[in-house]
Formats: sequence, C-alpha cells, structure tokens
Amino acid sequence: MHITVDRDLCCGSGNCVETVPDVFDQDSRDGMVLLRISQPPEHLREAVERAAQLCPVGAIEISHRNSTD
Amino acid sequence: MGEVASVDVTAFPAFPFIGSDDDPFIPVRDYDLKHLDESTGRIRLPFGGWAWLITKHEDVRQLLRHPGFSSDQYRPGFPVLNPIPPTREGASGLFIFMDGDAHSRFRRMLTAEFMIKNIRRIEPLIEETVNEALGRMREIGPPADLMNEFALPVPSMTICHLLGVPYSDHDFFQHHSRAIMDRNSGPAEVGAAMEALNGLLGDLITHKRTHPGEDLLSRLVTERVIPGELKEEELLSMAMLLLVAGHETTANMIGMSALALLEHPEHLDALREDPGLAPNLVEELLRYCTVVRTGLPRLALEDAVIGGREIKAGESVVAMLSMANRDESVFHDPEFFDPRRNEAHRHMAFGFGLHQCIGQPLARAELRIALVQLAKQFPGLRSETTLADVPKRHEAVTFGLGELPVTW
Repeated sequence: MHITVDRDLCCGSGNCVETVPDVFDQDSRDGMVLLRISQPPEHLREAVERAAQLCPVGAIEISHRNSTD
Repeated sequence: MGEVASVDVTAFPAFPFIGSDDDPFIPVRDYDLKHLDESTGRIRLPFGGWAWLITKHEDVRQLLRHPGFSSDQYRPGFPVLNPIPPTREGASGLFIFMDGDAHSRFRRMLTAEFMIKNIRRIEPLIEETVNEALGRMREIGPPADLMNEFALPVPSMTICHLLGVPYSDHDFFQHHSRAIMDRNSGPAEVGAAMEALNGLLGDLITHKRTHPGEDLLSRLVTERVIPGELKEEELLSMAMLLLVAGHETTANMIGMSALALLEHPEHLDALREDPGLAPNLVEELLRYCTVVRTGLPRLALEDAVIGGREIKAGESVVAMLSMANRDESVFHDPEFFDPRRNEAHRHMAFGFGLHQCIGQPLARAELRIALVQLAKQFPGLRSETTLADVPKRHEAVTFGLGELPVTW
C-alpha cells in the first residue's frame, strides 16, 4: 500500500489525523496534511481507507500496488 | 435563466422544513418526506425560487466535493436560506460565503489554530470551564435549566479563552453572546448584541497590537494584520464568525446530546462507567442530532450530474445533512440511537468538502468533556420535560432546544 496526499487540495479538517495518527499529521505552520509514513504496514490498511473516505476533499490517494512493483 | 424562472414552484414543498413538534430527534416530518417524493426532489425556497434537495449520503458527498458549485451567497440566484449581512463589504471575513482563493486565503490562516494537537492543549481549559458551569448549576438547583446553566456557557467561555478575551470582559461577552441565542430576543436585540460584541472584539484587536498574548487573536494580529496581509476589519469579521459558528452550534449539540442521553439513561450510565465510550458516542450524537437542519445551500456554476440527476448551471441545490445522516444504505436502522454503531463516524454533521467545519476538533473535545463530566458529576440527573413539551427552536439557524429543565 502506497499513500499520496495532495496538500494543495487539503483543507486541514484533521479527519485523517483523528483516524490514523500513526500515518497522518498536520503541519504546525499551516495545518495542512503531512505523511508520517507513505508505505504504512498492511494492518493499517482499513484505517487508512477509512481516512481516505472521510477526507472531505478527497486529498488522500491509496495505490494498491505492493511494495515490490 | 428564463427557463429556470418559469418553473411553477407552488407544487414544491416549502423549505426549510419544520421538524416534528412531538420529537426534537425527528428532523423531517413524514408529511414533508411524502411531498418531496411527489415533486421529484424539488423544494420552494423561502426568498423565492426553487432548489433540488439532495438527501442521499453518497449524493451529498459528491455534491459537496464538486468544484462546480459555489458557496458565495452574494452571487445572483444563490439559494439564500438564512439572513446574511446585506452587503459583501459587511461580510469581509465571512469565508464560509467565499469560493476558491478568497476562501482558502482566510481558511488557511486558521487551520493550524484548530488542529487536533492544538485543541489537546486547551482541553484542560475546557474541562475547567465545564466544571465551573456544573458547579454553578449545582448551586442554583435542583431544578435547573441545563441549556442556560450548562449548554450555553461552556462554548461561550471556551471561545473567550480561544480568542483571548480578558477575564474582566467574560461576563459582558457571555451576556451578549447569549442574547444572540435567546429565543426571546427579537431582531433588534440580536442586532444590539452583535453590535456590542463587535465593539468589544474591535477594541480587543486594537489592544492586541501593543499587548499580544498567547491567543488566536493576538497571533493573527501579530502574524497577519501588522505585516499587512490581513485587514483589521477582515479579522473582526472572522472573529465574529468564529463566535457565532462556535457558540450556537456547540450549545445546541450539548443540549440535544444531554436530552438524548436522559431519554436513554442506560447510555448515560455506561458513559459514567467507561469514559472511553465518549468518542464514538459523540459521533453518534452528531449523526443523530444533526443541528444544521436547513442543510447547506449551493449554486451550480456549470452543468453537473449529482446522483444521476442533471443539474444545470444557474440552478440551486441544498445538501440535506440531516437526511444523509439517516440514509439506510450507510447507517443500519438509522432512526435508532445507537452509541455503539460502527459506522457512526461516517456522518456529515460537520458538512463535507472544503468548507467542512474548521472547528470540528474543538466541537468534539467540548462535547466529549461536557458529557463525561455531566455523567460523572450528576449521577441522578433526570429530565423534567418530555420530547413533546421541550421547547424547540425550529426557526433558528441551527436547531436546538429553547430550554431543558432537569433535576437530580
């Protein structure tokens, strides 16, 4: 699982940080999304998918290729 | 636009809907639901014209994420649902009414302020505020009006702390912010209260130029106003927006949440035993109560398809959050209040899209702390009213209770 975030699209709602604080963070300067890790372990998949679903602007993209691609 | 104007709106149900008078937890009466079906989802707007009412969870998501819809209530043809300042100049910092870069310019000045990690820092202050209010309620009663003694002062004092209103002005601030909410206030009284708060915040902004503190207003004055990036009147307008948006919504949610829990005392007992239940309980309360009952109005700037329905440029839509939050394709048995439901977090009580509530981490923290302390400190709390008798604020911008008589 590989995650990308679109900081231009981000509106700083913080839903992703609320959902998976191990993966997402907010920039202290502007409140926009930051990735702690871009290839989170598989056991976080469900939570990351939930964060992407809850993102009000669709700024979180998950590509489902595995790490050997 | 000629085509739009020629539609006969008399067959469409009048909007905003008035919820059930028998039960504050029924956002839309069967009568309106039936009429809506018959008229293929169109509603008659309060100030003329009509709009599509978007009610399905997936359609509301799609609409509020769509870049082709405007939130700018000053655009001709916008489906205005609630009174707004008469001119755009009077709304210079009201970024909820803005699109694109104008909107993000303001929003981005505030996002860091409301980040979860910053809200965590003020949680002790919220807890202090909650405990003070509960202490006063205990002195006054039983019985007491939970709206007046608890639901209203907690968010008002929290905003005081956040904005950096000095202690000496807290009573003044609270008195006038309450008048805005009071169901007995007429338009003149609300206007006078707004004026008084405007004066207080204006003086405060001037004061913070030379005496900055550790608060939101000081930071915006120092980092934005003094360097010339933000005008003083824009900051004042933003501060008023934060006050109104943060006060009324949260106060109504605390009141409705308390009533929901008093109607289901087993959940109040469970919360007292295990405060760890609070986060999911708060999500379910947000879903079940959805205090923004008029929904969110938008104007189509381009032709679009939402939920399979073609919407033409120039047409109006309203995203009906309360109905999306009871969409049975997402929420199992949606009319049932179930604090343990797994999918509660999928509610859209804070809206969706780039205007989604910026203060949601603050609102969640206030609700969580308020309800946990209420459960802990008032184990014998009971409602002294019924769902039918409790006064309801149907006409208000955010739905809530006029009062909530309780005893213990």
